[in-house]
Amino acid sequence: MTVLLLSVLTGIFFPGIIIRVKSILCGRKGPGIFQPWKDIWLLLRKGSVISTTASFISRIAPVIYLCTILCAILLLPFPGIAYDFGFDADFVFFAYIIALGKFLFILNALDAGSSFEGMGANREALYSLLLEPAFFILFGTLALLTGNSSMQGIFSSLQIGGPSTYIIIIITVYLLVQIAMIENSRMPVDDPKTHLELTMIHEVMILDHSGFDLALIHIGTTLKFAMYGILIANCTIPVDIGFGWQILLFFGIQVGFAVLIGIMESFRARKKLAKNPQFIVTLSSIALIAFFLALLITFKMIP
Amino acid sequence: MDQYLILAPVLLSFLILIIPERIRHPYVVILTLFICVLTSIPAFRLVFAPDTEKFILKGPFGQIDLVIDGLSGFFILVTNFTMLTGVLYSRGYLQIYEGKKNQAQFALHYFSFTWLHLSMLGVLMLRDGLSFLIAWELMAVSSFMLILFEAEKRATLKTAVNYLIQMHVGLVILVIAFLFCEATTGQLSFDALQSYFSQNHNTGLFLLFFAGFAIKAGFIPFHTWLPEAHPAAPTHVSAVMSGVMIKMGIYGIVRVITYLQADFFLIGWIILVFSALSGLLGVMMAIVQHDMKKLLAYHSIENIGIIGMGIGLGTMGLGLHNPLLVLLGFTGGLLHVLNHSLFKSLLFYSTGTVYKIYHTRNIEQLGGVIHKLPHTALLYLTGAIAICGIPPLNGFISEFLIYTGLIKGLSLGSAYQAITVILAIISLVLIGGLAIFCFTKVFGMVFLGIPREKHEISDPVNNSGMLVPQYMVAILIIVIGFFPMLFLRPLMTFVSDQFHVALVPELVPISDLFLKISSLSGILVLLVFVIYMIRWFLFKNRKVIYGPTWGCGYTDGSARQQYTGTSYANNFAELAHPVLQSKDEYNEIAEKDIFPSPRSFSRHPNDIFRFGLNKLLDFNMLILKKLARLQTGNIQHYILYAFIFILVIFILLYLKIL
Repeated sequence: MTVLLLSVLTGIFFPGIIIRVKSILCGRKGPGIFQPWKDIWLLLRKGSVISTTASFISRIAPVIYLCTILCAILLLPFPGIAYDFGFDADFVFFAYIIALGKFLFILNALDAGSSFEGMGANREALYSLLLEPAFFILFGTLALLTGNSSMQGIFSSLQIGGPSTYIIIIITVYLLVQIAMIENSRMPVDDPKTHLELTMIHEVMILDHSGFDLALIHIGTTLKFAMYGILIANCTIPVDIGFGWQILLFFGIQVGFAVLIGIMESFRARKKLAKNPQFIVTLSSIALIAFFLALLITFKMIP
Repeated sequence: MDQYLILAPVLLSFLILIIPERIRHPYVVILTLFICVLTSIPAFRLVFAPDTEKFILKGPFGQIDLVIDGLSGFFILVTNFTMLTGVLYSRGYLQIYEGKKNQAQFALHYFSFTWLHLSMLGVLMLRDGLSFLIAWELMAVSSFMLILFEAEKRATLKTAVNYLIQMHVGLVILVIAFLFCEATTGQLSFDALQSYFSQNHNTGLFLLFFAGFAIKAGFIPFHTWLPEAHPAAPTHVSAVMSGVMIKMGIYGIVRVITYLQADFFLIGWIILVFSALSGLLGVMMAIVQHDMKKLLAYHSIENIGIIGMGIGLGTMGLGLHNPLLVLLGFTGGLLHVLNHSLFKSLLFYSTGTVYKIYHTRNIEQLGGVIHKLPHTALLYLTGAIAICGIPPLNGFISEFLIYTGLIKGLSLGSAYQAITVILAIISLVLIGGLAIFCFTKVFGMVFLGIPREKHEISDPVNNSGMLVPQYMVAILIIVIGFFPMLFLRPLMTFVSDQFHVALVPELVPISDLFLKISSLSGILVLLVFVIYMIRWFLFKNRKVIYGPTWGCGYTDGSARQQYTGTSYANNFAELAHPVLQSKDEYNEIAEKDIFPSPRSFSRHPNDIFRFGLNKLLDFNMLILKKLARLQTGNIQHYILYAFIFILVIFILLYLKIL
C-alpha cells in the first residue's frame, strides 16, 4: 500500500516536472507544474463523444488498463518496508499483468475501426514485443547475480555484492530509464509533441477517446512513469540508512528521473520510425552484456 | 470392471450407422457421455492417488491389458472433456452442411468421431507394443475420415491424403523404434523399454521415439501436415485434433521419458531446443496468416513448443538431480496440455461460429463481428487472453510454472547451462509477445471495426446450442486461472511419484505462491469492477454523443480504409522476412508512370519447411524417374536383370563375402 501511495504522490508531480523542464530549456514560459492534473480533472468531469463503430471493448479497456498498472505497482517492493505481495519470479507476473493492460489498450485502439489508430496499435504491439526480452534478460541477470528470484529478494541483496556489482546496477538503471521511455512512447521512439498521426504511437491510439475514459488513460500513463521510477529507486537506495532518508532519497530520485526525461526530450531527436526496432533490440543486447558480466562476476565463466 | 462393460462402447458405436437421423445426435452424445463416465471414474481416482489399475480383456486374439496410471489418467480426463464439448458443438456446426450431404455421410462422420475418441483412449491405456500401434493407427485412420468430410473439394482430398501419408511415416518410425526394443529384450511393449534403457544407449532410441511422436505432436520440422489439415476439417474436428489428438504425441514422449535411465540432461536439452524452435517459428508463421483456422493451427505448433519446453526442462532437472526443476518443468508442461486443450478448442469453436454466420474465415474480409455475435466475441476474447498466457486466465499459470523453473535453473549449473536457459527464457518471452501481436490482430480485425467486405450473413438466432459447450470451456479456463491449486496439487503428486522426487515445499512454496497470484488477480477484478461502477454511475447523468470515427477531417471514409490484417502485421512481416519468406505481389509505380493505373497488393504467407519438404520430394522424384528407365517393358531385359542378380550372388558367394 505504501508503494501505491508513494507512486500516486510522485505521479502527481511527474508530468508537470517534465513539461516545466522542457519549457525552461527551450526558453518558453510554459504551464505550471500542476497543469497536466488540471487537464485530467477537467476531463474527468466532461461528457464523452463515442464512435458509433465502438463496442463494449472501448468502455471497459481504459478501466482495465489503469487497473493493471495499479496492480503492478502493488507488486513492487520498497527498500526497508515489510511487504506481503512478493513471491518467487514475481517479475514475470509484473510484466504479464502489464501485458494484459497493453492487450486491451491495443484492442481499444482498433475498436473504432480507424486507419490511424491501427498504425499506433501495431507499432505498440511490435515495440513492446521487441522490448520485453530486454526486461526479462535484465531481471534474469539480477536473479543470477543475487541468487534470488523475487523482486524483494533481488533488490535487497543487490547492493551487498560490493563494487563489482555497481557496474550491473548502472546498466540496470540505464536500461530501466530506456524501457520506461519506450513503454510510454516518449522521445527516442516517439515525440509526444508531434502533431502528425502518421508518426505517433500512444497519442494516435486514443484519438477516439474523450472525457472520463481519456482521463483514465492519462492517469495510467502517468503512474507508469512513477512505476519505473520505483524500480530505479529500488536499485539505488541503500537498504540500511533509515526510513526517513529512504523516503527523502526516493522523492529525490523521482524528481531527478523526471528532470532527466525533460532534458533528454529537449536535446534528443526522434528516430525514424523504420529505425526504431533496431534501437529497441539494442537494449536487449545491452542486457545480454550485463548477463555475461554477471556470469563473470559469479565465477561461472572462469571457475 | 467387467470386460463386457469395456466392450460395450465398441459395439454400441456401430449402431450409429443404422439408427434413424432424428435420434442420431442425441445417441452420439449419450454414447460419448457413457464412454466419458466409464473411463473418467478410474482415471479421476488414479490422478488423485498415484497407483496403477489394470483391466484385462480376454478375446480370441489372447489377452489385452488396459492399464491406467496417473499419466494416462490425466490425459484421459483431458481427452474426455474436449470430446464431450466437441460432440455437443458438432450439431450446430454441421447445420451448414444440411442439404449438401446425405445422411450416410453424417452417420459415417459421427461414427469416425466416436472411433477417434475410442482409439485415443486405447492409445492412452494400452502398454503392449502391438495393440498400442494398432490403436495409434486407428486414431490416424479415423481422423483421416473426419478430415475427409468435405471430400468433394479437391484441396481437402489432397490435404487428407498428405495427412495420412505423414501419419504413416510416423507409424513406421514408431514400429522401427519398438522393433529395436524387441530385438534386444524380446518383448514388444512399453514396459520392456525399462530393461532396454538400463542396458543400452538411451539417446538413440529415444530420438527415434521422439521423431515418431513428434510427427503427431507437430514439432517443427515435423509439422507440415498440421497447418493444412486443421483448416480442411470441420471445426469441431479441428478443435478435437488440435486440442487433444496432437497431445497423444506429447503423451508418448512423456511415457518414454518415464522409462529413461541415463542421458537425461542431453535428452532434455534436445527437447528444449526443438520446443523453443517450434514455439518461436510457430507463432511467427501464425502472425502472417489470413485464414483464422490456419492461424490457430500454427498456434498449436507454438503451444506444443511451450509444453515441450516444460518437459525438456523437467528432463534436464532429472539429469541434474534437481527435484525443483523436475517438479516445475513437468507440472508446467502437463498443465499446459490441459490449458491448451481448453483455450484452443474454445478458439476453434468460436471461429466455427463466425464461419457459420459469415461463410468466410478470411481475416481480410471480416470485421465488426462483435456487434452481430457479442457472445462469440466475448468467448474468443477469453480464449485469446488465455492463449497469450496473460493473467488472470489459465495460460498464465502453466507458463508461469515453466518461467519459475527456468529462472531457478539459471543459477544452478555451469555458464553454458545458464546461457541455454537464458535463451529459453528469451524465446518464451518472445513467444508471449508474438502471441499478443497475433491475437490483437485477429480480434481487432475480425471482431472490431466494421465489415471490410459485404457478406451474405446467416441469421445468428439458433446458435444457443453451440454456445453451451463454449461456456463450459470458458468457465473451466477461468476456474483454472483463479484456483490453480485445485489442478496443480494432483499433478504435482503424480509427477513427484512418477519421477521419484520429493515434493519440496521449502524450496518453492508453490501453494503459497499461487495463493498470492490468485489474490492479486482477485484484487484486479475488484478494482476493475469498482472503477467501472464509478464510470457507470457518472455516465448516468452525463452527456454522451455518438458520432463517426475521427478521420482527420475526412469523415466519408469507406470500410476499405480500415487497417487490415496484412497492414497490421506488415511491420513485423518485413522484420521477419528472412525467416518467413512470404511472397508479395505488387508492381511499384515506375517513374514514367505519370497516371498510374489501379493496382493491387497481395501477400502470400509461406512455410519454408513445407517448401523444403517439397524440394526433397522433387529430388526424390527425379531419382525415381531416372531409375524408371530400367523398367523397359521388355521381357528379355527382365530376364537379363534376373541373370545379373544371380551372377552377382554367385560371385559374392564364391568370394565368401556373403
